[in-house]
Amino acid sequence: MLDSVKNVIPNSIDETLALLRKENYIAERSLATSLYLALKMQKPLFLEGEAGVGKTEIAKVLAQGLGRPLIRLQCYEGLDMASAVYEWNYPRQMLEIRLAEASGVGRGELAKNVFADEFLIERPLLQALRAEPSETPLLLIDELDRTDEPFEAFLLEILSDFQITIPEIGTIKASQRPLVIITSNRTREVHDALKRRCLYHWVDYPDAHRELAIVQARMPHIASQLSEEVVSFVQLLREEDLFKHPGIAETLDWAEALVQLDKVVLAPDLIDDTLGTLLKYQDDIAAIRGSEAARLLEQAKLKLAGTGLARS
Amino acid sequence: MPVPNGGRLTDNLLGFARLLRACGLPVGTGSILEATTAVQLLGLRSRTDLHACLAAVFLTRCEQKPLFDQAFEMFWQNPKLMERMLGALLPTVHSPDRAQPVSRRIGEALTPGQPPPQEAQQSVEFDARFSASDQELLQKKDFAQMSAQEIAAAKAAIKRLSLPLPEIRTRRFIADLAGKNIDMRRTLRAVMRQSDSIPLQFRRKRTRKPTLIVLCDISGSMSQYSRLFLHFMHAVTNDRDRVYSFVFGTRLSHISRQLAHRDIDIALSRTAEAVADWSGGTRIGACLAQFNRQWSRRLLSQGGITLLISDGLDRDEAQGLRKEMQRLSRSSRRLIWLNPLLRYDQFEPKARGIQAMLPFVDEFMSAHNIESLTHLVTLLSGDIESQS
Repeated sequence: MLDSVKNVIPNSIDETLALLRKENYIAERSLATSLYLALKMQKPLFLEGEAGVGKTEIAKVLAQGLGRPLIRLQCYEGLDMASAVYEWNYPRQMLEIRLAEASGVGRGELAKNVFADEFLIERPLLQALRAEPSETPLLLIDELDRTDEPFEAFLLEILSDFQITIPEIGTIKASQRPLVIITSNRTREVHDALKRRCLYHWVDYPDAHRELAIVQARMPHIASQLSEEVVSFVQLLREEDLFKHPGIAETLDWAEALVQLDKVVLAPDLIDDTLGTLLKYQDDIAAIRGSEAARLLEQAKLKLAGTGLARS
Repeated sequence: MPVPNGGRLTDNLLGFARLLRACGLPVGTGSILEATTAVQLLGLRSRTDLHACLAAVFLTRCEQKPLFDQAFEMFWQNPKLMERMLGALLPTVHSPDRAQPVSRRIGEALTPGQPPPQEAQQSVEFDARFSASDQELLQKKDFAQMSAQEIAAAKAAIKRLSLPLPEIRTRRFIADLAGKNIDMRRTLRAVMRQSDSIPLQFRRKRTRKPTLIVLCDISGSMSQYSRLFLHFMHAVTNDRDRVYSFVFGTRLSHISRQLAHRDIDIALSRTAEAVADWSGGTRIGACLAQFNRQWSRRLLSQGGITLLISDGLDRDEAQGLRKEMQRLSRSSRRLIWLNPLLRYDQFEPKARGIQAMLPFVDEFMSAHNIESLTHLVTLLSGDIESQS
């Protein structure tokens, strides 16, 4: 392991927490523990949780904090080798063949030329493995649940041995293991074989105390009363029977919207007007809008007046 | 590192891993080694950190968390209790009475020989056909009641059943000489093999079977049919992949894993054990709500087809049923409702439950015996799209 890389890795859980905090990411201690272990043990970290709890964000923040390039692979159904790992540059290969025909190069030599490195187009996974040891990247495999099982199976080789086999060239092995973060929204169950190769962490919604800290860290200009009311309201909203509960991303969006509207306190009609930033299903909006929102707001304010947010 | 190498850490981790395994968590030897490395990296300064560390290594899904938390609580807090538990893991030693109430699964894991405590309520089965009963009957349906003749007939007929639903085109390609797209990669490799010409290679889009979700009503009013449908679900489950089976009465139970056993008798007896509300009341709305919350986004996101088997007689007077049916119908690529009551010629959808459900169904079919199931298969194998 190169010293330049080793130096930037945090040496304890507390240092990991501090590193994240410096980048305005307020993490739970258990998440920091998993991250620290992933860094130390050079194992991929599998983050699972509802949409909008900050899974993708942690990869971005970590790359920033560690000063490593971030390579992101956004997954989708049907993602294949050609767009995830490598692809040959076919037009150039065809040209090469034409040229060879013109100049009379032998077939054996042509094969060597055509499947050479210069015709290889690197996609995210290959990029991550072939990076210079001095700048080992952070590889983010985002929303793995969107792909299908064949791609998962293909990832097994990469995640356990950090190597890829290209038939025409041979096996390519990473000189320095990249830090891999995999996220999943759980729209389907990812196979255990893959999870076993990773450290697993379930990212939950934050408690009121931590959510307030996140809002204030991300939006320093927000009025403190507004931020407390927003967080308190969202926390109550998560206890309601909704199809999709708002995540932290939605809380931040909402707070941002309220700040843009120059508001410093919450009011029922204001909530009704801006509810679309919090809830994304029409059924949910219809259920909350109006009297239900007013009731929740009243409850939130009562709670704030009583105990405050810190230990609610 | 504050953890010495020669200590009893490895023993303890091994014991803990054995406990987790006995509780049903899939813990491999690899993860035990990893746990040792991880704990040595962290040191043993704080219990919370140890918890987070072991959770990161041993867990693979969030449902395991409550069980893991309890096991961790017991194992790493009270060393005496731990010793007793380890002792209890040996087959010859009986576990002493436990001081605190623990999860039944952990309890069972520690006392493997003893039968689990009986469910409190053992009530007599009564005839509840065509009337949805209120009481949740926590009784186990005895599959042995099925007559030998019945079994033979059902097995023979249902074994041949398969659901030939139209396949979905994926974005993946498969080599195919009759395909429409040129496969550049294989073409270029062919060029290298052959001489002067460029032998074009073709490919086409691969297709796959759509996810199939079967939701089967097992309430009292359906009890005549539920056995038949379980055979049907078993046949479908073993015929293809991506089938997820649920049964519901007053609550929703996921039985895919139980049904996945090749042998139908074992599969059915496991199902009978796993489900607590055989032939009880029906709360269709509540059960569909549970499905929509917990499962629909996980199972229906990739174009799934839902098969709902129910008579539509709802104890809750169709409360909230409309909303949940609408949600289910929106999440499914196709929603097919099989109703055994449809066999009566004068059947009219008067019950409130049926009225609430009917508008959201793509296909409404009869299913009361093997014949009608076979009929269903032939219907489904036809051009579905043109029927709606």
